[in-house]
Amino acid sequence: MDFDLSEEQRLLKDSVEGLLNDGYDFEQRKKNIAAKKGWSDDAWKKFAEQGLLGLPFAEADGGFGAGAIETMIVMEAMGKALVVEPYLATVVIGGGFLRHGGSDAQRQAHIPSIIDGSKTLAFAQLEKNSRYDLGDVATAAKKKGSGYVISGEKFVVANGETADTFVVTARTKGGQRDRAGVGVFLVPADAKGVRAKGYPTQDGLRAANVTFEQVEVGADAALGDPENGLPLVERVVDEARIALCSEAVGAMDESLKTTIEYLKTRQQFGQNIGKFQALQHRGSDMFVALEQARGITMYGTMAVSYDNAEERATAIAATKVQVGRSLKYIGQQSIQLHGGVGMTMEYKIGHYFKRLTMIESTFGDADYHLRRIAAQGGLFKN
Amino acid sequence: MDLSYSKEEVAFRQEVRDFFKTAVPAETRKKLQEGRHLSKEDMVTWQRILNKKGWAVPHWPKEWGGTGWDAVKLYIFNEELQLAPAPQPLAFGVNMLGPVLFNVANEEQKKYYLPRIANLDDWWCQGFSEPGAGSDLASLKTKAERKGDVYVVNGQKTWTTLAQHADWIFCLVRTDPNAKNRQSGISFLLVDMKSRGITVRPIITIDGGHEVNEVFFDNVEVPVANLVGEENKGWDYGKFLLGNERTGIARIGASKERLRRIRQLAAQVQSGGKPIIEDQRFLEKLTAVEIELKALEMNQMRVVAGEKHREKGKPDPASSILKIKGSELQQATTELMMDVIGPFAAPANTGESDGSNELDDWTTMIAPGYFNYRKVSIYGGSNEIQRNIIAKAVLGL
Ligand SMILES: Cc1cc2nc3c(=O)[nH]c(=O)nc-3n(C[C@H](O)[C@H](O)[C@H](O)COP(=O)(O)OP(=O)(O)OC[C@H]3O[C@@H](n4cnc5c(N)ncnc54)[C@H](O)[C@@H]3O)c2cc1C
Repeated sequence: MDFDLSEEQRLLKDSVEGLLNDGYDFEQRKKNIAAKKGWSDDAWKKFAEQGLLGLPFAEADGGFGAGAIETMIVMEAMGKALVVEPYLATVVIGGGFLRHGGSDAQRQAHIPSIIDGSKTLAFAQLEKNSRYDLGDVATAAKKKGSGYVISGEKFVVANGETADTFVVTARTKGGQRDRAGVGVFLVPADAKGVRAKGYPTQDGLRAANVTFEQVEVGADAALGDPENGLPLVERVVDEARIALCSEAVGAMDESLKTTIEYLKTRQQFGQNIGKFQALQHRGSDMFVALEQARGITMYGTMAVSYDNAEERATAIAATKVQVGRSLKYIGQQSIQLHGGVGMTMEYKIGHYFKRLTMIESTFGDADYHLRRIAAQGGLFKN
Repeated sequence: MDLSYSKEEVAFRQEVRDFFKTAVPAETRKKLQEGRHLSKEDMVTWQRILNKKGWAVPHWPKEWGGTGWDAVKLYIFNEELQLAPAPQPLAFGVNMLGPVLFNVANEEQKKYYLPRIANLDDWWCQGFSEPGAGSDLASLKTKAERKGDVYVVNGQKTWTTLAQHADWIFCLVRTDPNAKNRQSGISFLLVDMKSRGITVRPIITIDGGHEVNEVFFDNVEVPVANLVGEENKGWDYGKFLLGNERTGIARIGASKERLRRIRQLAAQVQSGGKPIIEDQRFLEKLTAVEIELKALEMNQMRVVAGEKHREKGKPDPASSILKIKGSELQQATTELMMDVIGPFAAPANTGESDGSNELDDWTTMIAPGYFNYRKVSIYGGSNEIQRNIIAKAVLGL
């Protein structure tokens, strides 16, 4: 057991943090959000130049063959800087589907353009009534010849307006909530019958509701087994959950740091408010919450490579529970300890709170995951 | 970064586990599982089993009986010990006094006391707290006046755990009442409990147990040779000792073992025609505790693995997390026990079970366990004090 970063991991951490420290302060972030796409091509190009977009892909596919720990490092740094570019959607999720489910042809068609930054992806999964259940899929993929016709409506698709390609979950057979019969398809954003209606999200990012109306795709659009794709979806979404947890750890870390700085400078009653013990203890509790989240995120990161899918899912669900609890506390208290300033759009602390809040309700909140683990008898059942 | 155990570490865990499986006396194991108090004899027997194996004081330097294990192995050893469950060696000797002695005592003291601690020939107790000096320990008043070859000690210690069994007590005493600050007039003294002038009075805690005592000193003569380190430097030694006390205090293995018992019990106790373990609400509470414990376990391992980067003897301020969360989770497990047993928590132990009710014997220990564990957030530096430490040492407030 060794908690120290390897030389290469340390270099990666330094380079991502260096990149974001220099070129991604809060003012720059505002500019990126104001750009036409809602994020910055320029920043994306820099991510590509630094090799961040190719990290998790196999060397044979042109990537660096990095693992879950490297993704953790990158996502944590992005959380600290509140990065709005579609790294999760493109590299972690889109890339995850290609890595775990893509045929040689599919990988060759998509991975190079992810790595060089020319193309982005989006995951069209959430439906009106599916909430957090990945197997609850009403969107249909009907067989036509050797290909499929996809029809349905997806919501809050991150990077949905700007993606070049969608990864879409659609049902090839069975009832709406059956485990079997979920397929995963690569659908070009410009395919006939695809319509994306974009909007800003509460945390400064953008998403879209995407309608698929009789969209015809070939047999080669299916990622993995079109009649039994749920295990693939679960695997990739688990990786996305852990990436989000890492992002949350970064955002909590920065949120706490910013708050402690404020306690050391803001004066009331003739002294720094950080001298008040009530606030000191709040800060200490926030620190404990942060470290609990950090600790369990390492556990979840380790679980990404578990062979046993059930063990992996349980560990990652546990991570999302703890991170959900911690982020709520740290997010809320960060605002509280800033007083009125914390309420302003202008000041950055509220933006951490908002991003953290949205992470909580992405791919299952704490209650959802707690219930999942409990339903199978708890975390330590063996 | 590699977060999995190495092959060697896995093999080591198995070796330790196998040893505990056969080495812990059955009666002792049962008492621990049922939350009963161990007798002095249980503790002594166990310590000597460990000592014979060479595992009595693994974290000590090799010349004094240590094993030379690294931090990860020490952690594994301790976790397996708690999971077995096996008795935790009496902390006052092996975790608190021992390290002070091998760091600052003279050769003669080391040679005499250390082997006797490892073999539990001497039962040590800790005489720090006083009625007026709890969290604010530096305000202690018990004084030791030097008269020729002896210190004459007068005053009172309190909350002295298991002083009723003790052969010796290590004390912080005031040797210089005129020192420029309160901390600098304190010395670290070893006192034979058989000395004339010592009176021990029991304090019964809310669980009905006799675990703590008051210890009175009335003109007790203590040889000057029993001074540890330098006179008036005792505060530093005491602080060092308390830092060591804290790292072992999370007791994650013990909480895990209690969770295992909770599961067992919850599979037996019925509610609404099915075992409690199938109750969704209960399972969610149980799971929530397990998740927090998992997170803490990772943090414990991080602190342990980080030790190699730290200056020797300087505890990680992040270990305050272990104290706060570790104690809260120990308390949470005792609460879950209460949830499981429900109305049958009520009958108190009369100490005269007639064997007619097999449950009676140990269900009566559940509520006392819950009551008793309120202590864990008070001692070892209360959880509020830990928050002060984090605020200062980590957050810089
Ligand atoms: C079961 C048990 C066994 C013990 N065994 C031993 C032993 O063997 N030897 C020994 O020497 N001592 C022992 N202790 C004593 C223990 O170390 C003290 O109880 C502890 O230091 C707290 O002191 P106190 O009880 O005087 O509480 P106080 O210090 O009076 O604290 C009362 C409350 O005020 C809070 N408080 C105090 N100061 C601050 C502050 N600055 N900021 C915020 N909150 C504060 C505390 O957290 C607590 O909630 C034992 C205690 C117990 C309960």
